Amino acid sequence: MEYLNLVFEEVYKILFLLVPVLVSVAMIVWLDRRVWAFVQKRQGPNVVGPFGLLQSLADALKYIFKEIIIPASSNKIIFILAPIITMTLALIAWAVIPFGEDQVLADINVGILYIFAVSSLGVYGIIMGGWASNSKYPFLGSIRSAAQMVSYEVSIGIIIINVLLCVGSLNLSDIVLAQQKIWFIIPLFPMFVIFFISALAETNRPPFDLPEAEAELVAGYQTEYSGMMYAMFWLGEYANILLMCSLGSILFLGGWLSPIDLYPFNLVPGAIWLILKILFLFILFALVKAVVPRYRYDQLMRLGWKIFLPFSLTYVVLTASYLFYFNLLPTL
Amino acid sequence: MVAHAIFFYIFSIIAVISAIMVTVSKNTVHSVFFLILDFISISCLFIMIGAEFLGMIMLIVYVGAVAVLFLFVVMMLNVAQQKNQWFNSEATSSSHIPVGLIISTIIFFELIIVVGGWKYKPELSNPNTTKISNEISNTHSLGQVLYTDYIHIFQISGMILLIAMIGAIVLTFRRREGVKTQSYLKQISRERSEGIEVLEVQSNKGVKIDD
Repeated sequence: MEYLNLVFEEVYKILFLLVPVLVSVAMIVWLDRRVWAFVQKRQGPNVVGPFGLLQSLADALKYIFKEIIIPASSNKIIFILAPIITMTLALIAWAVIPFGEDQVLADINVGILYIFAVSSLGVYGIIMGGWASNSKYPFLGSIRSAAQMVSYEVSIGIIIINVLLCVGSLNLSDIVLAQQKIWFIIPLFPMFVIFFISALAETNRPPFDLPEAEAELVAGYQTEYSGMMYAMFWLGEYANILLMCSLGSILFLGGWLSPIDLYPFNLVPGAIWLILKILFLFILFALVKAVVPRYRYDQLMRLGWKIFLPFSLTYVVLTASYLFYFNLLPTL
Repeated sequence: MVAHAIFFYIFSIIAVISAIMVTVSKNTVHSVFFLILDFISISCLFIMIGAEFLGMIMLIVYVGAVAVLFLFVVMMLNVAQQKNQWFNSEATSSSHIPVGLIISTIIFFELIIVVGGWKYKPELSNPNTTKISNEISNTHSLGQVLYTDYIHIFQISGMILLIAMIGAIVLTFRRREGVKTQSYLKQISRERSEGIEVLEVQSNKGVKIDD
């Protein structure tokens, strides 16, 4: 009985985390379209609800009532599994994101590795969807996306090593607490820029949206999907974008810490600061989408392997030697 | 403790069944997916015995990178067709099956030696060194041992990986002739005076370009 109580408590906590995440994913889609429209001097979705806030809800209802079409020649089990895996992986990573001191679902020692592992598994949803559709465009899209995500993961991993050198712990709460004196965006600013660009590539956002480049590949790996399964891909994608934004704000922008440690700012709960930072990064994501044209595929690969990888590796050496010579290396 | 045992049996049953399915399933892509499931359940087992760093690295390296490349190869090459060629045509079938048999026998005997040693000489595996202290985290203790006591072995394994990487690049590298590549340096260093030439064109005479 006691064990059951424990289970119910955990389920309650998980729902308390996941429901806001899913709602904010819906809201963030609206925000994305609005920002995109404003940059291009349009109005964007503004009809359903106040300021068009309920647009995503209306879209979701539409997707739910649409028919799910499974192609006759597809591999049915994997075809159905692919969107489920994408969505699950996008949601389970939220378990380790700290929203304040001790306000975290699972405070594990290797939190950053967990997020890195889960986001590297995200490529399977796309590969499975592209292969199981048994059609040329989805297959090409998924192959492209797999190569792209694997390449940019390498540079993200090395950027994370830079931050970890300054922290001395893999725990996300420790990473935030290490930034009490100075946010890592100031000493590691070049790494922040590279992290931001790599996160764009990792989440298949424009200008790196080669996997679903509509001019050449119809819709990439999503071509054969319809109804709720398409919506799940899309939810997973935006949940991943939010996750990358929150990872960026934890690694570089001080997580839940307030920008100034003074009286009126201290009273604001840490979760609010974290949400504001995530929103700031997301608006940057949306602006990039509106401003920059799509990369060519070979340029994308060159950027990842020939520029970001050597540069971030050099920066690891620089950071390590700086910390070593000035005796700033974190102790146990 | 009961919950621990239940989870252990769930993960190990999944690991064993998926390992069997890797060899049994007809579709090669399915066997790679079962291999991935196997990796994931093994890393769950690692995390259950307290080796969380090893479990996560297993997920990142094997599932996140190695298995993706496996999947690439299996999807792009038509492995099913090749397999049928191997086993159906009578001329070549004799050369592949014996090799596989020999390798599997060697692995089987190695397993027998390992299990036997662990069963009858338990002091050889020395459980004292594998004990995990609760005071410092798994990652810290791993780092302290890896970069002090085992630094030479660690560096040698790094060198082997580097050599393997260079070897793979050398084996597959070929310089192709007549391929137009973009030179970024040339593009950036282009000046207006090199690109454009302003000419006085006289009427009824024209200009000859491209000579």
